[in-house]
Formats: sequence, structure tokens, C-alpha cells
Amino acid sequence: MTVFLGLPTAPRGVGNLRGDQPFPDAARTALRDGQLRANLGHATSTIRAKRAAVVGEVPDWAQLRAAGAALKRATMARLDEHLLALEEQVTARGGTVHWARDANEANEIVTRLVRATGSDEVVKVKSMATQEIGLNEALEAAGIAAHETDLAELIVQLGHDKPSHILVPAIHKNRAEIREIFLREMPAVDPELTDEPRQLAMAARAHLRERFLRARVAISGANFAVAKTGTLAVVESEGNGRMCLTLPETLITVMGIEKLVPTWRDLEVFLQLLPRSSTGERMNPYTSLWAGVTPGDGPQEFHLVLLDNGRTATLADEIGREALHCIRCSACLNVCPVYERTGGHAYGSVYPGPIGAVLSPQLTGVEDNASLPYASSLCGACYEVCPVAIDIPSILVHLRAEHVEAQERTTVEALGFRWLAKAMSNPRLWHAAQKAAGLGRFLARGKPTMPAALPPPASKWTRTRDLPTPPKETFTQAWLREHGG
Amino acid sequence: MKVALFATCLVDTVAPQVARATAVLLERLGHEVVVPPGQACCGQMHVNTGYRREAVPIVANHVRAFAGAEAVVAPSGSCVASIHHQQADVLRRGGETALADEAAALAERTYELSQFLVDVLGVTDVGAYYPHRVTYHPTCHSLRMLHVGDRPVRLLRAVRGLELVELPGAEQCCGFGGTFAVKNADTSTAMLTDKMANILGTHAEVCTAGDASCLMHIGGGLSRLRSGTRTVHLAEILASTEEAVSPHQATRPAVPA
Repeated sequence: MTVFLGLPTAPRGVGNLRGDQPFPDAARTALRDGQLRANLGHATSTIRAKRAAVVGEVPDWAQLRAAGAALKRATMARLDEHLLALEEQVTARGGTVHWARDANEANEIVTRLVRATGSDEVVKVKSMATQEIGLNEALEAAGIAAHETDLAELIVQLGHDKPSHILVPAIHKNRAEIREIFLREMPAVDPELTDEPRQLAMAARAHLRERFLRARVAISGANFAVAKTGTLAVVESEGNGRMCLTLPETLITVMGIEKLVPTWRDLEVFLQLLPRSSTGERMNPYTSLWAGVTPGDGPQEFHLVLLDNGRTATLADEIGREALHCIRCSACLNVCPVYERTGGHAYGSVYPGPIGAVLSPQLTGVEDNASLPYASSLCGACYEVCPVAIDIPSILVHLRAEHVEAQERTTVEALGFRWLAKAMSNPRLWHAAQKAAGLGRFLARGKPTMPAALPPPASKWTRTRDLPTPPKETFTQAWLREHGG
Repeated sequence: MKVALFATCLVDTVAPQVARATAVLLERLGHEVVVPPGQACCGQMHVNTGYRREAVPIVANHVRAFAGAEAVVAPSGSCVASIHHQQADVLRRGGETALADEAAALAERTYELSQFLVDVLGVTDVGAYYPHRVTYHPTCHSLRMLHVGDRPVRLLRAVRGLELVELPGAEQCCGFGGTFAVKNADTSTAMLTDKMANILGTHAEVCTAGDASCLMHIGGGLSRLRSGTRTVHLAEILASTEEAVSPHQATRPAVPA
């Protein structure tokens, strides 16, 4: 047993936590895609309404939410003890626990375990942790085919695409686009396939059944792990996960170390919070729970890979650590006005939307995802909707400060803010600065708004909006003139 | 009551008519208004852009400027939210412990306009007259940080001559977000475009809100569209009466026709 006590962040060159472009540039591309915006607008407004309805029918939702937040906070405060308890329990029940400092280690461990079975293919339960570390790519490089079995993940995989939503990875695709992907990529698919949802689902079902029955190794993530009993939990809607969790001979679970709850009883709170917040259902159709192995029943070999990949570094930040409370419901994505317009790919990470904007920079180190904390108008809708009350806006602001304070070179922006701070803390200087702002009147030449062709950075504003012409006299100056000092 | 008016940096510099209207309204309701001359900014723009350290002297200046005030009123939900949720923390982190306690106490005495009118003064009918079709945008920080609820709507309903029409998607952000509007200009514009479509769909003459900053953003977009619909701050509507021409009209037009 090795417990690494350092603070590694997710390594570069592996996994899916970093984008190729800063958010504003990636967003510009997405904003031009009318089909994408229509798909997203439709999907998010539908799921928002569903969630609001089922949350509204729980009279003690506020208390449940507070309980969820308190449980998470208490668990994180003693994460080391709970992890050791989990390891002990899993081992006692016939499982094997592996500790992975980062994506590279986790991928190596899983690859080694699959190789040991002699199999060159695996079926996968939808899992954010394995997406995060780029496990499919690592397995492929080792000659092992990883088949996604969640319908949306399958669509993304067949489409050679990337997921754009935590819960609905193919949210950016509509039925017609999915039909095209199936016709093109699914072996032996009926060429008469229409885009009727039932037909699409039946095609996926036939395709997946064959894989389930053939697979000898399955790889899953975990929604929860109960430290005291060594129980792992996966909640899902389709039952494909359960197929993977029960049919193969070997089961490998990759789990972020933050997914723990101390006791069995604690699950009660999260099994209420999660489905209502995520799919807008009262209860998810399938909840699979397992502990170790049971002779003659289900997988006979079970491996649990506990993944750090930047989590202890996140835990060390007293404000940012709250992001680890996330139960991946994606309610914050569905209410976020920024996500709704840009979609998930703009965030560059497998964790998009508001939670991604605080989680990804912390896992990678803020300098590797520096544009993400600014990818929010701080409207607060994410905080309001979060089932475990993560104060995402405050973490965003905190990470912005971390970014600014870590900058080695003085930027033009920093100079401007420093100068402005000097003025705004000295009334005499401030009045002089206000007078200078009044010079905008010359540019405006008597018009109520300033010209559209202002130089940068003002041009970023005036490209689509008029700037008001400052008046001759500020309010405080006028008041002073009328009322005396 | 003696009320200290915090004009806010933005209102003072580019929308003085909003502070003027706030003063006129409070005086009409029988209160004495003072404008502490040392005031400048609450520091929110610095904090929210990541300039936490640089915000310390700005916040310190604010706390000192309003130190003796019995009650502080600002025509800005966003600035008041910053005063409530950020100022003490900024000072504490900056090592200004004593001033941080003062900031926390000052925050307790600082109110957003609609909250001050309804909760402290206990009025919803301020005797205003404003014969226009108006829609109300609840601005994110007023809505989710200050929880002003329906106070502005109750105030608007009591205004004579005013026809209040509901804004579809009212609770969606307009896309301003301070420096977000510049740092993520395209996303901000996409959000604004949807907000403007909702506003224009109401056929209102005026869109009002309790935040001059959001209104500057929305008004700037509407002005560019030459839509004819203008933005007017809640304070300006509440300050308008049949007897007096509304104060913003007396000084300068809020938005070009």
C-alpha cells in the first residue's frame, strides 16, 4: 500500500482536462454554429423544466441539500481515514485496491490488469474519471479496444467526437445527426434506419447486446463508495451499466478519491439529490451496488483504482476544495447561460460548464486552464441549483485572483487595474479620473453615445453595444456644487 | 432618517441621473440625504476580475467614507451585494482586521434601493407617476445574492399610469457580468441578443432594473438596434411624478430616441 502525500496536478500530454484554445476563442467557433445553439437551447430548457418540477415536489429539498453539503464537507475533512477504511473493506471482500497518483499511473494500472486477463477488448460503463484520464486512448495505444456502452457515449465514440456534457455527452447532436453516425459507423445496421428515437435505440441495443455477451472485462467509474462497507455504487438510466457490472469475469473500477461517503446511511441523501438534479427523475431506473466479489455470482475478479490526478492539490485549497463535493449531476450546466450558448467543447475539458470552470483549472493547475475561471458572468444560477450547494461563483472569483497573483509578468490589464485602484482609493485622484472619463464627450461630439469605432479594449464593447457619453458633471460634483462641501 | 447615498462609481461617472433620482425620491419621502464626498467605488470590479489585493485600498476607502452613516442606500443591487458578501473578506485577507469588522458592520446598514424602501421605510407606494409600458429585468445579483424578490415589482405596481408587462426568461443573465462583457465579448453578446429579443417581444417602451450596469449593457444593445425601447433605472421611475418632469429628463435623455 502506498499513499502519496504530495500534491501532484494532472499531468500534461495525457487525458482530457485541457483544451487546445482559450475559452473565448473556442466559444467564438461554437457561437457561430446555429444548429448547436438550437440543439442546446432545446435540450437545456427541457431538462431545466423537468428538474424544477421534481425538485419542487420535495418539501424538504432545502434540508436535503444542506445535509448533502454537510456530509461532503465532513467527509473531505477526514478523507484519508475514509480512504484507508475503504481499502481495508474492499480487500477484505476479495477486491484489490490500487492507488494512482495521476492519469499516467491509472492508465498503466488498468492496461496491466486488462492484459493480465488475456483480453484485447473491454466494455465500459459511462465514467467521467476514465474520460478525464484518457483511458480509452491509452488502451487503444496498448492494442485494447474499449467499447462505450452508454448510449450517448456510444454516439460520441462512433462519431469520433468528444463528449460535451457530463450527463448527456451527445447533447450537441440531434436525432438526424445520430442517425447519420449510426448508418456510417455501426456494423450491420439496417440501412432503412430512420431518426425515430425507438428505432435508434433498438439499433444501439442490438449493437451493444453482442458486446455485453462477448466481453470478459468491464471498466466502470463509481458514483459513490461507502467507506465503512467497501460498497461501490453506479446509478444509471439505461441498464447498460448493470450489464457490464454483472456479466464479465473481471471488473475494474476507476474512482476519483473524492467520491466517498462514510456510511451506507449517507447514500440515502445522495440517492435523492442526484437523480432529481440530473435527469429530472424521482429515482434513477438502475442503482447497482457491489462489494468485493461473490463466488459464483458476477465478476470473480474486482479491482478498484483510486485516482488522485490533482484532487489532493484541490483539497489543499480552502476555498477551491468545495469543487470536490460535486456529484456530477450537471444541473449547473443546464442552467448556465454561458454553457447554453457555447456548449461543452468550448471548455476544452471533460468537465464543462460552471463546475468544469472551477474543477478543471484546479486539477491541472490554474495556469493550464487560465481562461476558464473567466468563462462566467457570475450570475449565480449554478450555485442556486447545485444539490450540494457548491458556491461556484465564489470559487470562480477566488481562482481568478489565484491566476492574477501567479502572473510573473505585469500585463497591460494589471497596470490598468492598479492605476484604477490607486484612483478609487483616493478621492482627489478619483475626481481627476472621472474628469478624464468626461473627455469622452469630445469623441462623442455632442451625441448621446460614443462612436462605435473606439480602440481596444473598448472596441470589444462597442462592436455590439453603444457606450453612453459621460455627462459634463458627475453626480457627486453636482451635489457638492449645490449643497457645499 | 438621515440617509447616506452611495452613488457607485459607474452611476456617478456615466449615469448621474440615477443617483439624482434616488436623492429626489428619498427627499420626497421626507428623509435627509447626504452624499459623503470621499466615496468612489465598492471594489467589486477589482475583486471579480481577480485583483483581490488591489481591491483592499478601494474597499478601505469605501468603509472610511461611510463610517459615520446611519444608513447607506445605493441604486445598485450588484454593488450592495459586493458590500455584503465581499468587502469584509477582502479586508481580512488584506490584513486589515479592524477595518474588516467595520466593513461587516457597515454592510448591515447598507441597502439596495428597493429593499430600503420596502423593508426599512415600509413603503411600496412612493407616489410616483410614470405613464409608460414597462418591463422589469431582475438582475442576477439583486435576484440571487440579495434576494430582493418581488420588492421592485411591488414598487412598480404602485406607480400610477405605469403598465407593467412580464418579461419572458426574466431570470436569465443579460450577459453583462462586469469585465465578462469584454473578456468574453462574443458570449456576452449572444446572451444580450436573447435578452433583447425577450424585451422587444413585450412591446414595452421601457426596460427597468435596479442595476445601472446591467441597464448600460442592455441599453447599449437596444440603442445599437435603434429599437426605440430604452432602459430606465428603477430609481428614475420611482422619482417621477405628475408635478415634476422626471429628473433624468430634466438633465439629459437616458437613452437616445
